[in-house]
Amino acid sequence: MASGNGTNGGGTLLLGTTKGAFLARPRDGGGAGDGGWELDGPHFPGEEIYAMAYDDRAGRSRLWAAPHSPFWGTTLRFSDDFGASWSGTAERSVSFPEDSGLSLKRIWQIQPGSAREPDVIRLGVEPACLFISHDAGEKWEAVDGLLNHPHRERWEPGAGGLCLHTIITDGEPGGRATIAISAAGTYRSDDGGANWAARNNGVRAEFLPDKHPEFGQCVHKIVHHPSNPGRLFLQNHWGLYRSDDWGDSWTDIANGVPSDFGFAMAMHPGDADTVYIVPLESDGFRCTPEAKLRVYRTRNAGTSWEALTEGLPQRNAYETVLRDALDTLAPGQVFFGTRSGKVYASRDDGTTWGLVCEGLPPVVCVKACAPRAG
Amino acid sequence: MSAGTLAAGTPAAGLVRVTLPAALTEFTGGRSTVDVPGAPAPVGDILAALGAAHPGVRDRLITERGHLRPHVNIFVDGENIRFLSGLDTPVTDGAELVVLPAVSGG
Repeated sequence: MASGNGTNGGGTLLLGTTKGAFLARPRDGGGAGDGGWELDGPHFPGEEIYAMAYDDRAGRSRLWAAPHSPFWGTTLRFSDDFGASWSGTAERSVSFPEDSGLSLKRIWQIQPGSAREPDVIRLGVEPACLFISHDAGEKWEAVDGLLNHPHRERWEPGAGGLCLHTIITDGEPGGRATIAISAAGTYRSDDGGANWAARNNGVRAEFLPDKHPEFGQCVHKIVHHPSNPGRLFLQNHWGLYRSDDWGDSWTDIANGVPSDFGFAMAMHPGDADTVYIVPLESDGFRCTPEAKLRVYRTRNAGTSWEALTEGLPQRNAYETVLRDALDTLAPGQVFFGTRSGKVYASRDDGTTWGLVCEGLPPVVCVKACAPRAG
Repeated sequence: MSAGTLAAGTPAAGLVRVTLPAALTEFTGGRSTVDVPGAPAPVGDILAALGAAHPGVRDRLITERGHLRPHVNIFVDGENIRFLSGLDTPVTDGAELVVLPAVSGG
């Protein structure tokens, strides 16, 4: 499964698939990058893994995964020995309050907080809600401001369900946060999560009679760079947008892409103007346009986009890359996985690509990390 | 026989024999069949007793709102409780309760 194409540059990949989780490690330990990849897994065989994360704050070296069994439900698991063993499932750690009437279906996002809040972890879940832990994942509580949001009864699920899949914060305890829900749109809180307001001005909802409602947009992903947190990039269900005011307004930036439909979007780790996407042909045909697997990159905050193709198949490539299956890692590493079970890597900002592995179950989550040594 | 122990022979008075799929035996020390106290009682009460004896297993069967998970089937003496009274289906002393993943879920 592993390749020797010089695609590893030190990053370890957490790969969530529809049939379990895998870890891909550089064979050379992150040195010269010529040793190919070692694949470890499946962890949680048979379960869907839509969310994984690595937490290296406060001296930890902890993996998180959220396996979902179609039979037995969703659990939240962690490993302090990089997957050699995982925490048990006897306790139900994430659950909605009884008076909500809601039941946890799936966890879509695991988001460790900033270095300034080293014990905070946030979860985006289905049905759409934000959960937060203040003790590094021991206890979880639903964020009331979203749980009891007055819009909730009019939120409609996207094709994947009513999921909260994106969590962005300014990194300050009690500070500003933006979340995205399919298909409710973007919401922002300026008071640590107590109150949330829709922030969808300028974002289209092609599938509604009113193309510009206050909420109801099917946002697929939002990214930002910590050095410019007020600037957000958004991949919509039809539409590519940028906001320079924390989502108060959005501007169309679909300049020169073959399609503005897609799911995946990732921020360059070191450049607040560089973003990666993988356009798909349409909502009716969710495959790469012209059967070419192309990552698109902007280096000027969306003024223009360029196709990145070297090392990627340009014939008969009917691929799909989903919202959390594209990630980056400093200094210039980019990774993505496809629904056909292939994982690709670049260590030159996406200019050239190599195959990490193929033959996996459909890949739905790719998270890159640089594990703490030892 | 104590609560939730390995089943053998016929269940003692007040016990229900519960058979679990392999995926849930991590909660029962690897045992696929355990005897659970509480009969006669509704299925929901038997599952509560099962969960008390083997923490974690009930959460795999029942949502936090108390509903049977959609791709789980429970049979009482061979009858699917979805076609009886659901979690209110009565379980008699000595009955057999079988948990199986539904064919719809995979």
